[in-house]
Amino acid sequence: MKLHEYEAKELFSKYGVKIPPGRLALTPEEVHKAAKEIGTPVVLKAQVVVAGRGKAGGIKVANSPEEAYELSKKMFGMDIKGLKVKKLYVTKYVEVEKEMYLSLIIDRASRRYLFLASPVGGVDIEEIAKTSPEKIKRVYVDPSVGLRDYHVRSIVSWLGFKPGTPQWQQAASIVQAMYRIMVDYDAELVESNPLALTKEGEVIPLDARIIVDDNALFRHPELEKALEEDPRDVTEFEAYAKKIGFHYVELDGDVGIIGNGAGLTMATMDLVYHFGGRPANFLDIGGGASREVVKEAVKVLLNHPRAKVIFVNIFGGITRADEVALGIKDALAEAGGTTKKIVVRMKGTNEELGRAILAEVGVPLFENAEEAAKKAVELARL
Amino acid sequence: MLVGPNTKVVVQGATGKEGSFHLQRMLEYGTKVVAGVTPGKGGTTVHGVPVYDTVEEAVKKQGANASVIFVPAKFAADALLEAVDAGVELAVVITEHIPVHDTLRAVNYARARGVTVIGPNCPGIVAPPVRVKLGIMPNSIYQTPGKIAVVSRSGTLTYEISYQLVRAGFGINVAIGVGGDPVVGLDLMEATLKVAQDPEVEGIVVIGEVGGDAEERLAKLYAEGAINKPIVAYVAGRTAPPGKRMGHAGAIVMLGSGDAKSKIETFRSVGIPVAETPFEVPRLLAELLKK
Repeated sequence: MKLHEYEAKELFSKYGVKIPPGRLALTPEEVHKAAKEIGTPVVLKAQVVVAGRGKAGGIKVANSPEEAYELSKKMFGMDIKGLKVKKLYVTKYVEVEKEMYLSLIIDRASRRYLFLASPVGGVDIEEIAKTSPEKIKRVYVDPSVGLRDYHVRSIVSWLGFKPGTPQWQQAASIVQAMYRIMVDYDAELVESNPLALTKEGEVIPLDARIIVDDNALFRHPELEKALEEDPRDVTEFEAYAKKIGFHYVELDGDVGIIGNGAGLTMATMDLVYHFGGRPANFLDIGGGASREVVKEAVKVLLNHPRAKVIFVNIFGGITRADEVALGIKDALAEAGGTTKKIVVRMKGTNEELGRAILAEVGVPLFENAEEAAKKAVELARL
Repeated sequence: MLVGPNTKVVVQGATGKEGSFHLQRMLEYGTKVVAGVTPGKGGTTVHGVPVYDTVEEAVKKQGANASVIFVPAKFAADALLEAVDAGVELAVVITEHIPVHDTLRAVNYARARGVTVIGPNCPGIVAPPVRVKLGIMPNSIYQTPGKIAVVSRSGTLTYEISYQLVRAGFGINVAIGVGGDPVVGLDLMEATLKVAQDPEVEGIVVIGEVGGDAEERLAKLYAEGAINKPIVAYVAGRTAPPGKRMGHAGAIVMLGSGDAKSKIETFRSVGIPVAETPFEVPRLLAELLKK
């Protein structure tokens, strides 16, 4: 779950980090009121969970409450990388002396927490890694040892602060707060970019990003609730699929994909692409392809606006082909038929039974996945 | 090697739906499943195997030295820690959706004590020559023993490629699914290194996917000469968009790294052939072994 900037900043604040005054606003009237209370100039920040909001016009400075009101009218409802702006975060405009980068992630290879720190920031870490990789300091923290003072010293001095100064102290407390948020909130990412040194000499997170492990949301009911009220980057299809228990990702092509297992489903997408087609989605029905599960998956794609062809690729040593075939038949019966073409490749027991059932509803069954993929691509071109 | 004729298995979560189903399949395959563990069900049996309340009892009374964990995600890390403290040498964690911070702590604890962990979120390990399976792979696919090792981050794709290999006339020495989570015990690189050390293994098939850098680290080791066995690779997810999780929690292109194309290029740059599709793997392997 990706937290909005305002939610992330609330957490920073909860852990004692000073953040610029800000208010969440849902209407231009609320923006006006917030700007008045905070005192202009203010920054209006679209609350969408994608990187690169600024370039897309999602961050604007207003010099009066009236200007904030007018600007916000254009910002509400705006589309930023496919996400609609429904919330604006109104925050005090801060004059910045220097922008830095600081993030905390889990490093897979070393199985440790990893701080990435750079005395230059304000752009993506990818950008920093490309243009000035020597600026990025990596500080590993073993989870069994936890964050120690020497880790903190190493990070803060790399950012360019001198021991004994108030800035050193502020930066150190931000490092400590980020670590505590990481652990307490089951985060996969805690990022402050830019971490700013203001003209007034204060170190503050100007922007904040937190991604929480979906598998740990059961430990954070307040976040679960927030996600339910505001699904953010999860599309309607993705939310529906998740409810049923599928893994679903929207793509932009016209060949609908259903597979069992993440690797096989990805390989199926790649296969379609390899033969010149474009996958419309990724839909992994997971293990144990029962009649019911297959039916639900096919129904999802029957209702898909772009998928012209549905390519089902099931590999199971213990999956029964007749079960899968019945699931497809049920989905078609419930939908009252379809103009979409369905191509099925299946490996499992009772293949002959499955073939017979599919033949009844005019669906070809392939044993060879490459031939099936070619067929699916060909049908999508018609 | 990781498993052998002396591997004695305890199944944690043995009386649950998944645990009991796969316990039976493991027995059918030939695995020595000596005990099950389900707290509160001690004293009962499942498919003729005695069930205990704790792993400690299973180890003491039945001599179990390896564990397969089917315990639900909320309790799975605890189950792994219990297995480590009870003294098993190998733990295979099948469970999906374990919080990554839990995995991080439990896996590090196990590794520090010399315990090998496969998974979480994995199909396990199967070795046809010794007929030992700790996991959920379909038995029907692993009936042909041979000299090929399959090391993979995927489940069904491992079965698919193993099936294609057997159809093409190869036999399998061992297949290991290391798991689809961001943090796993034995990772793709370490598992490959392990199977490469087995004199019985003549060729290795590595199945990678988007996310992380295990493929890149493996390629580096290979380039340095640490692995002197022929390797053929396949990497799933060329068409995966950045920033989205592709089913597996670990299959995500993040912070500008982990995409399939760069993994494929890295493999090829060190001389590891990469199949364009999973179905090309047997042909590439045959060509490589002919040389």
